[in-house]
Amino acid sequence: MADIVLDKVSKSFPDGTVAVQDVDLEIADGEFVILVGPSGCGKSTTLNMIAGLEDISSGELRIAGQRVNDKAPRDRDIAMVFQSYALYPNMTVRENMAFPLRLAKLDKETIDRKVDEAAKVLELTSLLDRKPANLSGGQRQRVAMGRAIVRQPKAFLMDEPLSNLDAKLRVQMRTVVSRLQKQLGTTTVYVTHDQTEAMTLGDRVVIMRGGAVQQVGPPQELYDHPRNLFVAGFIGSPSMNFLHAAVQDGELRTALGTVPLGDRVRRELESADAPRELILGIRPEHFEDAELVDDDTRRRGMEFEAPVDIVESMGSDKYVYFTVEGEKASAAELEELAADAGAADFAGAGGNLVTRLSAESPVAEGQTRRVWFNLEKIHLFDPANGRNLTLHEGRAAGALAD
Amino acid sequence: MSINATPTGADVAAEETRRPAAVPKQRGGRRKPPLSENKKAERKLGLLLCAPAALVMIAVTAYPIIYSVWLSLQRFDLRFPDQREFIGLENYVTVLTNEFWWTAFGVTMLITVVTVAVELVLGMGLAIIMHRTLVGRGLVRTSALIPYGIVTVVAAFSWRYAWTPGTGYLADLFSDGAPLTERASSLAIIMLAEIWKTTPFMALLLMAGLALVPEDLLKAASTDGATAWQKFTKVMLPVMKPAILVALLFRTLDAFRVFDNIFVLTAGGNETSSVSMLAYNNLIRGLNLGIGSTMSVLIFITVAIIAFVFVKLFGTAAPGSDDGERR
Repeated sequence: MADIVLDKVSKSFPDGTVAVQDVDLEIADGEFVILVGPSGCGKSTTLNMIAGLEDISSGELRIAGQRVNDKAPRDRDIAMVFQSYALYPNMTVRENMAFPLRLAKLDKETIDRKVDEAAKVLELTSLLDRKPANLSGGQRQRVAMGRAIVRQPKAFLMDEPLSNLDAKLRVQMRTVVSRLQKQLGTTTVYVTHDQTEAMTLGDRVVIMRGGAVQQVGPPQELYDHPRNLFVAGFIGSPSMNFLHAAVQDGELRTALGTVPLGDRVRRELESADAPRELILGIRPEHFEDAELVDDDTRRRGMEFEAPVDIVESMGSDKYVYFTVEGEKASAAELEELAADAGAADFAGAGGNLVTRLSAESPVAEGQTRRVWFNLEKIHLFDPANGRNLTLHEGRAAGALAD
Repeated sequence: MSINATPTGADVAAEETRRPAAVPKQRGGRRKPPLSENKKAERKLGLLLCAPAALVMIAVTAYPIIYSVWLSLQRFDLRFPDQREFIGLENYVTVLTNEFWWTAFGVTMLITVVTVAVELVLGMGLAIIMHRTLVGRGLVRTSALIPYGIVTVVAAFSWRYAWTPGTGYLADLFSDGAPLTERASSLAIIMLAEIWKTTPFMALLLMAGLALVPEDLLKAASTDGATAWQKFTKVMLPVMKPAILVALLFRTLDAFRVFDNIFVLTAGGNETSSVSMLAYNNLIRGLNLGIGSTMSVLIFITVAIIAFVFVKLFGTAAPGSDDGERR
């Protein structure tokens, strides 16, 4: 077990493309860190550099305090789990799991004992004599995990290990991975493009975009206090709503009405280079049916009226889609997120407003409904660079803060 | 209601006892279910479509094979056509007790084993180089394949001149005398020419196998602690096994029938004849159709045995299966 430190680690290819740029990251001993981002953001390259499967162009990588830039993968004492499982097809499950131990030249008894232990933990005991071809996807995934844990390496590196499983199995395996990591307490770096996996699994999440780290922090912090537009849009499902907003006379004109601003945000916006056009971000759960809001809560937000497009009842609450008029929010980050999610899934960039209302709300399709939203929870972004303007010392304070 | 319930229950029970009995009866009877009109027409069409190919095969393969088996059972020397008669297996006895045959057989085996083994090693090296080449891939592959593209006889003549004192540089470089006039050096030169010619073919077949090894598997082996050599022997080779076997089978069968290089380089002198060479000498030059055909049939049988052994021993053992049976 060990800590992993990335010190300004970069990867560039001979043709000049930069895959990873100046990544600074300190992963503590026993920590579970998730690298997440859309495809091509450099997360897998970063993982491969930690594994030693790709050269580091510049910067320093330290495992347990030791510089390992020039060490071969086999000398780094790390275990990796691949999306394709990468099981050796000619070996049985037992032989697959024993392979790293055999290479380490352990004696046969120790190998058998360790393999049996790992097989027990992962419920693979009855499958030990099968070949990978005769296993289901979930079983293969567990064998791949088994091969990683038998060695008790300094760290686990996992490259989208659950992406090839069907949705139900993925949720199951998520808990298996989580429990296993807590049990073993081994430093783990986990790459995924699935923000749900990132939110549920990690101690800390690293969001990457275009080879650069956007924000690092515990999942809840990323959710509540996104540093920029990209992080805000990437984390959360359904994703945050983004609306165009124009600054006028110390107030914001938006499709949801005129939003009053607190002193702090106003001061920020009065500086010379402040943008006149902003992007307003509101998460779906910060809306509520205006009928159901008590007076005390009502004061902290504002209301608007809009036609209901679709109602999806989830039992515990309702996802209600409203049609709002007005200019669409536009920024490079939003386009990228839309492209990554498949434009249809990314409601935030369209003319639709996604809200999550209480199940008691009598809302029906085709109605025009009065909706309240919480001004303390809204975010304002600079469309030019994506920066979250409501963030103060790392905390998002909403629009009204003084 | 209650009246109905009892017979229904009995029916179910009867159904259950009937069912297991019915299944073996159907299997034991071996009665094919009658084909529907549609299926019949389909089958007829299938046979019709196969017919031309089958006829051609019979004309060019089956007939000559059967005819040479027939010839091999006769005393039939074109120099003495009057003595032609059916003599059963006597020709086989003559050939199999003849020391020339066994010398040629030994030479053929030696050439086969040595050339195929060397070709496998060199071909693997070449395949890896071609597989890993990033720059000028096409050029590397094309130039590696040149020996295979040259007509064997032409290449053999070049080799002969190169190894003949006075006309070639190789003879002067490596020996004092004429290497093609001595048995050991002649055989070595024949094998060299064979290896030079067919290594690219081997490499090509093996490269197809290399492409089957997933990149992730090699990465996994790296992180599992394997050295480059261990990755090669423990991961690449087992995964490539089917491709290697195909390559070995092709080459072994080919090598066993070695003819043109020997024909040009030594013409079988100094006991360098292969079995094919011997059969040719008896059949075409000696005009002894009976003995020549016997040798051809024996070669055919040997090749068939080699093919059978390869397919039977290794054919089904593709990596990943539980030796063919699924559990």
